[in-house]
Amino acid sequence: MKNFEYAAPANVESATALLEKYGDAAKILAGGTDIIVQLREGLRAADVVIDIKNIPEIVDYQYSADVGLQLGAATPCYRIYGDEELAKAYPAVLDSTRIIGGWQIQSRASVGGNLCNASPAADSIPSLIAHQATCHIAGPHGRRSVAAQDFCTGPGRNTLEQGEMLVALTLPPSKPNSGSAYLRFIPRNEMDIAVVGAASWVQLDDSGESIQSGRIALAAVAPVPLYAEEASSWLSGQPATAATFVEAGELAKNIVSPISDMRGTAEYRQHLVGVLVKRTLKIAVERARTNQ
Amino acid sequence: MKAATSDEYKILGTRPIRHDGADKVTGKAKYGADVQFANLAHGKILRSPHAHARIKSIDTSAAEKVPGVFAVITANDFPDPQDKIADLGEGPVTLSHLGSNVMARGKVLYKGHAVAAVAATSTHVAEQALNLIQVDYEILEPVLWVLDAMAEDAPLLHENVFTDSMGEASEKPSNIEKHLHFEKGDIEQGFAEADIVIEREFKTASVHQGYIEPHVATADWNEDGQLRIWTSTQGSFTVRHQTAELVGIPLSRVTVYPCEIGGGFGGKIAVYLQPVAALLSRKSGRPVKLVMQRDEVFEGTGPTPGSFVRVKLGAKNDGTLTAGKAWIAFDAGAFPGGPIGPGCMCVFSCYDLPHATVDGYNVCNNKPKTQAYRAPGSTHVAYATENVLDEIAGELDLDPLDLRLKNAVKEGSRRVDGPVYPEIGCVEVLEAVKNSEHWNAPLEGPYRGRGLALGFWFNCGLKSSATANVNTDGTVTLIEGSTDIGGSRTSLAMQLAETLGLTAEEIHPQVADTDSVGYTDVTGGSRVTFATGLAVCKAGEDIQKQMRQQAAVLWDCDANEIEISGSTFSRNGNSISFQELAAKQLQLGEPIVGRATVAPDCSTNGFGAHIADVEVDPETGKTTVLRYTAIQDAGKAIHPSYVEGQMQGGAVQGIGWALNEEYFFGDAGDMKNASFLDYRMPTCLDVPMIETIIVEVPNPDHPFGVRGVGETPIVPPPAAITIAIHNATGVYMRELPASPPRLWKALQEA
Repeated sequence: MKNFEYAAPANVESATALLEKYGDAAKILAGGTDIIVQLREGLRAADVVIDIKNIPEIVDYQYSADVGLQLGAATPCYRIYGDEELAKAYPAVLDSTRIIGGWQIQSRASVGGNLCNASPAADSIPSLIAHQATCHIAGPHGRRSVAAQDFCTGPGRNTLEQGEMLVALTLPPSKPNSGSAYLRFIPRNEMDIAVVGAASWVQLDDSGESIQSGRIALAAVAPVPLYAEEASSWLSGQPATAATFVEAGELAKNIVSPISDMRGTAEYRQHLVGVLVKRTLKIAVERARTNQ
Repeated sequence: MKAATSDEYKILGTRPIRHDGADKVTGKAKYGADVQFANLAHGKILRSPHAHARIKSIDTSAAEKVPGVFAVITANDFPDPQDKIADLGEGPVTLSHLGSNVMARGKVLYKGHAVAAVAATSTHVAEQALNLIQVDYEILEPVLWVLDAMAEDAPLLHENVFTDSMGEASEKPSNIEKHLHFEKGDIEQGFAEADIVIEREFKTASVHQGYIEPHVATADWNEDGQLRIWTSTQGSFTVRHQTAELVGIPLSRVTVYPCEIGGGFGGKIAVYLQPVAALLSRKSGRPVKLVMQRDEVFEGTGPTPGSFVRVKLGAKNDGTLTAGKAWIAFDAGAFPGGPIGPGCMCVFSCYDLPHATVDGYNVCNNKPKTQAYRAPGSTHVAYATENVLDEIAGELDLDPLDLRLKNAVKEGSRRVDGPVYPEIGCVEVLEAVKNSEHWNAPLEGPYRGRGLALGFWFNCGLKSSATANVNTDGTVTLIEGSTDIGGSRTSLAMQLAETLGLTAEEIHPQVADTDSVGYTDVTGGSRVTFATGLAVCKAGEDIQKQMRQQAAVLWDCDANEIEISGSTFSRNGNSISFQELAAKQLQLGEPIVGRATVAPDCSTNGFGAHIADVEVDPETGKTTVLRYTAIQDAGKAIHPSYVEGQMQGGAVQGIGWALNEEYFFGDAGDMKNASFLDYRMPTCLDVPMIETIIVEVPNPDHPFGVRGVGETPIVPPPAAITIAIHNATGVYMRELPASPPRLWKALQEA
């Protein structure tokens, strides 16, 4: 690791000015759980590291049942799973933040950082996609927004242009009779990286027997986390039954293009998509029914 | 010597707090990474990106010019050992191989092979310099799978390695460095007598010892030519010997200071960093510290062999085994040497086979040079034999425990490699299984199964020294040379305490450097509690002899009139305690120093059986271990907590080996998962609390009956787990690890 300058700007404008000036030689430090390791191992290099934790709007969140969640990009994971209201409104996000690393990591790591790191296997991104999150980006020429499913552009790459940074994520308010869940498959039970990850969100009708709408998202089965559009739209009007969950999983398999590596074969990953979509839909429906 | 029965003991079998405990829980204990000097330079090693390549040239000139760089070295800075062979305590070693593993000479033989090293003001400057070293490689085809490496047309690693086939050398150089053959009885007749014969093939992946503490060494080459080394090692004397040979100085010029050790499991016996740090120190004129990163540990230090094992067993309908045949091929890795001998020894070591043949091959291939790992070679072969035995039990509809009991070795049984067992506890271990709550507890539910497997490790004696100084306050300072990996300081102190009638707390054990204690072999082979324990007991007897003489001075009588009972010396109604006598020692005569050296030439023969309950998720192929019990003959458990700890630790390592651990290589022979993230050792959430049952069949070669316990517990787990998976799913997993993708695939194909 080579020496670098350290900057800790107090507002977004100062941060984006630094980013514009240094371009690719500037790296953002939020929780640091990815970037510090990457710098040390020579996977990324920086002339200047910009610590954004002095920027108030980036390290905090606001939530109301009417407006939804505005989540500062550097808010650490533990703040999310520590808030019961959030847990109730966005259970899949809660599932994700609980399994990103161990306690020490969760005390620093942020959902925004997980998104910016743009790993195909990122645990929080499918949950953000399933919950229709929007990414708010600031840059030297103003602010813009993109949907979570459009944020990542390749392994380790995202939509941010030179000078831009992720400021916040917004999630729409929780709908009645809705529920969600995230599961990843790992060979161990903790401290591992997803072989496949899947998040499902459903809204049931008032009877609780039928799915009004659903959203399914996947990780570690393509160069970027995926929104399973066909499987999601097919869910509308389907009965909330085991057969539906299986069929949705089969549809979701159609869009994946996994690789074979040390974490599993392509064939195995494709199979796991079906298993995890089925299992997350089941949990999401149960949560929708019990309003958890 | 006759072993006493346990109720005679005051200290043995109790659980005192370990002497090094407070330092370890408060962070004060000195590990290798804690070593600091004012002018310390920091080293880094450049490693090969290729699995097999010829080094055409190395240009270090740009690296040498980097500000803050003190020294750059390559293999050219080491003396050429040529054909010299040295006995380094665990058998003869060709020094050119040992040296070329420390720093590649001419060729690199695995990804991660060291090719150059830099010492600088900081590791960051050293890394910068490494990036400027130009190595011109001619890339060669690598060979990784052991059977591929045995093929006639396989890429050849060494022009100067010839197959040693029972003492005869092959005409042409070969990757097969050794072929062993053992036989007993008449194998043809044995299989002819069988009603059932089953032959199966098994494969295991390379797995690493996985110690938490990476390799570390700091060397200080003094102006007077004296070399001091602080390091994490299982054997300070072997580090001294290896380093002296490789840097070309007499061993008396080297002092090795063993630091506390964060795990070794056999992997911290060979030198890697110590000679490099030494030469960097000589060249830079400063102390130099080298610390490996985790990827360097995985890629550059010893895994245990990957293996191919074929086992054939024959049995009569009543379960009596009639014959066994084994064909075993182990990775040697980059250089000759490895546990093929123990593999051959252990394949049928638990069963009394009248007729058997075993062939073993040790094969060089483009992986890191394999090193010892907890019962080296035994786990691979037990996995094969136990699975075939389980299949025979199934085919004959016999209880797998009864089948094992029927064929278990006992005193007088002759092993296929020659030795006849003295008093052993194999049958007693199986009887403990039979009587255990776990074995008799029902296991119900779909995709659940129970597996039973037996395992053996011979355990060695080797050489140990101990000195014990009696203090005038009645305590004893024990100085010994066995680096303490598993609580041996306390186990040794307890043996001295028992001998002298003192408490464990009245003994102050110290692990000393190579200038401060007599020669002591490695902490390995499950030998320390046994062999260094033997030295400690004898040192205690030496103390008693001297104190008896002082008591004789006190009472003006002949020394052999003094009786000793516990800590009391008495004669004719007079008595004096150990403490009182210790206080008077300087008035009565010479200071009291007990000393002893031992070289027990025997095995202590540890047998263990494990019971595993698993549940398999048929949709994902993931195995959950529901319950697990390890049963083992410890001879005499000196400190039961540490015996249980060894049994639990070995079981967990074996479970990791069974389910997830493996070196995952790319096509170019490059390890893809050189981190604890993707090299999946079990975490505490992946295993249940491992239950333990200690069996005590005293070892006749130790005054307290001690047997080695550290290694046997890693032997049964892969067999017990895969047998349990079979009982849960109907599928035998004959390739390790039985990882989720592999088990899912097997279930699909079943």
